[in-house]
Amino acid sequence: MSTLEKEILFDVTTVRKDFPILTLSVYGKPLVYLDNAATTQKPQIVLDTLTKYYTEQNSNIHRGVHFLSEVATFEYEKARGKVKNLLNAADSKEIIFTKGTTDGINLVAHSYGRTHINAGDEVIISAMEHHSNIVPWQLLCEERGATLRVIPMNDEGELLIDGFQKMLSPKTKIVSVVYVSNSLGTINPIKKIIELSHANGTPVLIDGAQSVAHMKVDVRELDCDFFVFSGHKIFGPTGIGALYGKSEWLEKMIPYQGGGDMIRSVTFEKTTFNDLPFKFEAGTPNIAGGIGLGAAIDYVQKIGLDAIREYEHELLEYGTDTLQSVNGLRIIGTAKEKASVISFVVENAHPHDVGTILDREGIAIRTGHHCTQPVMQRFGIPATARASLSMYNMKEEIDILVRGIEKVKEIFG
Amino acid sequence: MSEVNELYQQLILEHNKSPRNFKKLENATHDADGYNPLCGDHYHVWLKLDGDTIADIGFQGSGCAISKSSASMMTSAVKGATIQEAKEMLEKYHSVIMTKIGDEIPEEKIESLGSLGALAGVREFPARIKCASLAWHTMNAALTQKEKSVSTEN
Repeated sequence: MSTLEKEILFDVTTVRKDFPILTLSVYGKPLVYLDNAATTQKPQIVLDTLTKYYTEQNSNIHRGVHFLSEVATFEYEKARGKVKNLLNAADSKEIIFTKGTTDGINLVAHSYGRTHINAGDEVIISAMEHHSNIVPWQLLCEERGATLRVIPMNDEGELLIDGFQKMLSPKTKIVSVVYVSNSLGTINPIKKIIELSHANGTPVLIDGAQSVAHMKVDVRELDCDFFVFSGHKIFGPTGIGALYGKSEWLEKMIPYQGGGDMIRSVTFEKTTFNDLPFKFEAGTPNIAGGIGLGAAIDYVQKIGLDAIREYEHELLEYGTDTLQSVNGLRIIGTAKEKASVISFVVENAHPHDVGTILDREGIAIRTGHHCTQPVMQRFGIPATARASLSMYNMKEEIDILVRGIEKVKEIFG
Repeated sequence: MSEVNELYQQLILEHNKSPRNFKKLENATHDADGYNPLCGDHYHVWLKLDGDTIADIGFQGSGCAISKSSASMMTSAVKGATIQEAKEMLEKYHSVIMTKIGDEIPEEKIESLGSLGALAGVREFPARIKCASLAWHTMNAALTQKEKSVSTEN
């Protein structure tokens, strides 16, 4: 394909027009939003879908016999089908709507953990997990008398697969790893991790929070047992996300929360539970959020995740080259396989001061430990500044970032 | 002068580069730990009281320029002061940096803070006010000895 054809396929100017917030000015400067790993902005179609839901469709779902309830139920379940298609799951019943990634991991830690993990067992995570993929397992291990083990990483921020292989044993009851690191950008070799785990008879959970808006995922091809993500990281609303689980696991797992919608029948003596996926969806869910997420998925798929990945990779290369040439700037996380996340530190300037100075230039980045304190400890730094790029970012914005960093250097010399 | 340049003025940058009283006091009578879990700023403050007077003070730790320079300036300000004077300074300083954006701060109030007045610009940066007050709260916790550790988040 010629370069020209590619440009026609993916045109950042057209994409940007879909995001009203990108026209904002901050402190009199055009907004340069480089905090997409924290949350993404929302396209007009998602905003319109939410408004339409609340103005024309709002009702509770699954129980009502009236018109609106049927419309809302239809739209919500249609959205579940869109999540199924996004992940290429075999069946919509394998898609559980959650509040987000954290909620999904907690669900698995509770419902799988309390039925399959016992004293003396082991749970394996990696050295680059977000706190949300550390703490639920720590709590579980403490409760069950199990041990948490951690796959180490090298100075580039790549997992040591040999070390992982040696950790696997009959005691390993689950492996839970992040697909793309939120603080380093590393894309982990999850296919390999899943193969090795399965050879050991161990199921695998993939934290897809940072991958879902940036690359195609096929849960059947990967053969992962669980996959979790958040809607707000893929241009959808906050407070909604999904857990994919193989039905053979989900069937065996105990419910996460009790309440309405997750039951078949209730007496004071005994409750029988609803079928999948409803067994794991107690209470009135985030109906608008689910439908909004469906709209976001449609939007992303129309652009195409392959085109997005290609464009973002170009941005990543440009950003890495440009930032690397800044004197006194060091990039943290230099894995060979990376998504469009660039964490960095600037000599003599604390990341929070960097963040404040850039903010006044209209540039939104994240500074701090990014909920990955063990990663900061591994690299011996208190915090980093992080620019995380999305499909609507432009090379010009990276140039603005570099000019902002020059200003930081002027101040901190 | 832009707000950023006012925040990061020479005096503050200088204290950040060469913090005063950046030492552990071996013969401290009071000490406390201060931590901002949101950004990881972490300081320890030691005091040596001679009766009611702060005869010596030291701090160690790490964090952003605002937290470090404010810690340095705090130690310079309260060294030699009585407990009562130190607490009054804390109150005055706190009321200045917490003044709502747009509200006028009387010139004499800033002047009465001496060099601490240099940090008045932090009020324009609500996300950074906690950085500027961490060391002060830690000093106060050490004096009152109610708790060995303070956090900006509770």
